[in-house]
Amino acid sequence: MPFIPHTEDDVRDMLAAIGVKDIEALFDEIPKELRSKGLTEVPTGLSEMAVQRLMAERAAQDSRSLCFAGGGAYEHHIPSAVWEITTRGEFYSAYTPYQAEASQGTLQLLYEYQTMMASLTGMDVSNASLYDGASALAEAILMAVRANRKAKSKRILIPRTVHPSYRKVAQTITKGQGIILEELDYDVTGGHLDPASLPKDPGDFVALVIPQPNFFGVLEEVDALTDWAHEHKALVIGVTNPVSLAVLTPPGEWGEIGADIVCGDGQPLGIPLSSGGPYFGFMCCRQDYVRQMPGRIIGRTTDLDGKPGFSLTLQAREQHIRRSKATSNICTNQGLLVTAATIHMALMGPAGIEQAAANSHANTMELLDKLNGVPGIKKLFDRPLFHEAVVQFDRPVNEVTQALTAQGIVGGIMLEDDYPELKNCLLVCATETKTEADLITFVDKLQQISTQLQATKSSAEPKIA
Amino acid sequence: MLIFEHSQPSRTNHAQKVEAAEVKHAIPDQFHRKSKPLLPEVSEMQAVRHYTRLSQKNFSIDTHFYPLGSCTMKYNPRACNSLALLPGFLQRHPASPDKLSQGFLSCMYELQEMLKDVTGMKAVSLAPMAGAQGEFAGVAMIRAYHDANGDDERTEILVPDAAHGTNPATATMCNYKVKEIPTNKDGDVDIEELKKAVGPQTAGIMLTNPSTLGVFERKIKEIAKIVHDAGGLLYYDGANLNAILGKVKPGDMGFDVIHMNLHKTFSTPHGGGGPGAGPVGVSERLIPYLPVPMVAKESDEYRLLWEKDVPDTMGRLSAFAGNAGILLRAYIYARLLGKEGMERVSEYATLNANYMMVKLEQAGFDLAYPGRRATHEFIVTLKKQAKTLGVNTMDFAKRMLDYGVHAPTTYFPLLVPECLLIEPTETEAKEALDYFIETMQNIQQEAENSPETVTQAPHTMPVRRLDDVKAARELDLTWQAATHK
Repeated sequence: MPFIPHTEDDVRDMLAAIGVKDIEALFDEIPKELRSKGLTEVPTGLSEMAVQRLMAERAAQDSRSLCFAGGGAYEHHIPSAVWEITTRGEFYSAYTPYQAEASQGTLQLLYEYQTMMASLTGMDVSNASLYDGASALAEAILMAVRANRKAKSKRILIPRTVHPSYRKVAQTITKGQGIILEELDYDVTGGHLDPASLPKDPGDFVALVIPQPNFFGVLEEVDALTDWAHEHKALVIGVTNPVSLAVLTPPGEWGEIGADIVCGDGQPLGIPLSSGGPYFGFMCCRQDYVRQMPGRIIGRTTDLDGKPGFSLTLQAREQHIRRSKATSNICTNQGLLVTAATIHMALMGPAGIEQAAANSHANTMELLDKLNGVPGIKKLFDRPLFHEAVVQFDRPVNEVTQALTAQGIVGGIMLEDDYPELKNCLLVCATETKTEADLITFVDKLQQISTQLQATKSSAEPKIA
Repeated sequence: MLIFEHSQPSRTNHAQKVEAAEVKHAIPDQFHRKSKPLLPEVSEMQAVRHYTRLSQKNFSIDTHFYPLGSCTMKYNPRACNSLALLPGFLQRHPASPDKLSQGFLSCMYELQEMLKDVTGMKAVSLAPMAGAQGEFAGVAMIRAYHDANGDDERTEILVPDAAHGTNPATATMCNYKVKEIPTNKDGDVDIEELKKAVGPQTAGIMLTNPSTLGVFERKIKEIAKIVHDAGGLLYYDGANLNAILGKVKPGDMGFDVIHMNLHKTFSTPHGGGGPGAGPVGVSERLIPYLPVPMVAKESDEYRLLWEKDVPDTMGRLSAFAGNAGILLRAYIYARLLGKEGMERVSEYATLNANYMMVKLEQAGFDLAYPGRRATHEFIVTLKKQAKTLGVNTMDFAKRMLDYGVHAPTTYFPLLVPECLLIEPTETEAKEALDYFIETMQNIQQEAENSPETVTQAPHTMPVRRLDDVKAARELDLTWQAATHK
């Protein structure tokens, strides 16, 4: 019996102690007609050896491809020690630190994490994480509605340069509460939200969402945008990539007084791509709004002897105390991923993360340079970038990506579904993990595909005619 | 000592540097960060030693018996972790085309099929990232269903008073009013009160069965009929699925939507507070509203279904496809157990709980629901001890840590005073259960003979009892803020 330690003697003794004749008798309060007739779609159990073989085969099917996709999930170097320590049983198999005295390891780590995130973002405080970047934005919007008592409406202004999935998730999670997400269009030349395009009289609104870098990899005019929102008594929600913050102005220093709430996905900090999850969402804010923040928060305090220690704090905000009046229904955070991220930040240090950010930027610029020489491809926006860029093809982009797929290359993210105006566009990213040889392979393949497609096209043309 | 206190300016880990020569980035000045972030500058060994030592300050399933009620702290098989970390899975970008992802997608598809069978529901989406998000998806689907029927008078969700806090919090998030239904003295939902509460305003009811009181809701068919007759739907909180795995299917009880906590029943790691995974299953009428993405199998090829395939979906809950790596671990666990293994889970979880309950009762402890069968968990109330000895549940819980046992869930459910909710799980051997019982008896004796041993506990942990009031009043949430004081 996998993972069940009972011997026949144990079972006999235990049943005797309970005073029933068999295990079946323990289910006597369940009405007979409800009893299951058995599982039909669950196969027979396998030995670990067989499961190892099965999973190795499945994983091999998806074996390593050369990846130039980003779009919110980035391939960065992760020191070996990060997951070695994270998967120690003491971190891996512990739960929410309800018994603080027996959870000081997790609690201190989370306090260190909060310190690191607050500093990276330039904000006063951080929570102990949320599910992912997209749901963190949704929670930030709900939080802004609670925190901005001056606003009478529930309008949130959100640029179309925010990750399309983030906008969808925010819509899913906030719509039940009558919140209106009003989209602001971007400048077609720069690929950013142009401060000059903002209305003089925007009317009453709760908050402006500012992505930095934005979904296209473009850097926004964060200072002007922040000041504009504050002039209109609205809050600023920054959505950022934590690795970029090693080189970019932290949201706490945007404009005159900085952003009010900052969120994003922590994946670039030591979390493998892993099909999109588990990642973790982070959230930081001004001290003034800490009581409106969702999720677990750890505080440092003292014990009976005056010795410092750590515990869950401000629990009066949470569902297990406040029930229907809680700030959120959130119960778990993403503890395991935060453990990895904290160890990652400690191992990389400020210099290591800065280097990852700078090299990712440099690699992407290098890639764009090389692509510049390939006929039929052009870079789209002219503003400064972090480590992603939009390139446009002069032919159907899905043909290009299919041809790349056949060569084991994930070429980037097609944008047309979410931005119909960006026809045949691909969002590409080259992090510090890409070598010069990788870039050359990618560009060469695009050259070949370009030539082949051209050839097929010309040979196909007479038939169409 | 904090990691920051090991830090020295300009100490770097050269092994973790990028190969390429130092690169100056070309980002214009106006976007530059002016000050260095407060991240530790420590050597690799310092970091490894620091976090290894921190880990040793934790209780965990791998090190201690952890009978935390309602959380199903069972053994997390190591294979589930190591096989989910195979390079092919780890390196897959979420935007990888389906063609390069058949291995991963086949696992997800098969997991969906197995969870359908286990729950008796008609379709499953793996999208929600935690139980609370599964609850949100479930209630949002109930709303979508009523909206589609033009049934907009339904403004109330019924929640038994014993429910998890997430239930009422979720209903509020979906803009429903919450009406609490009382529990009767045997731990069942009060049917007469339920009948009075339902009406044309009822959107649905959120139930956990077995309930958080550790007993099976015997009148579930009747409850389903009352709510369905009133036009409401039934939501199943799968927190306690471990108790009935393979024995009863929520679909057969009449539920319309269910979420599962894979970090409980399917043994994915609790990770110090997450990640979870909260797939949802639905009956026929809610299929159109399931969250995306889902996995479809079409002539031996697997592909992800998105909004254009499921036009009435309640939406998307994560940037990508949920907690994929956790779902993989659950899949591996399911393949290791197989159908026989799954049925044994509930059998042995129930055997362990009933054994402990009977033995503790014989040892003189009061049960919250004597005369009822325990499910996979049960409740002891220390009301008597608190009153006569001045030693309360918190004291018992803290003293237990000194004995090397993680405390059960304390003071939940809220309607049982001074309670311990005890869930041993099926993976604990009889010896561990006996040790727990013995420990309870020892603490009882201490409470009688030297109560301060208990009320001052713990004595052997890295810290003694912490001042939670101070933690909340004098907020110290980051180290930088603390040093600036």
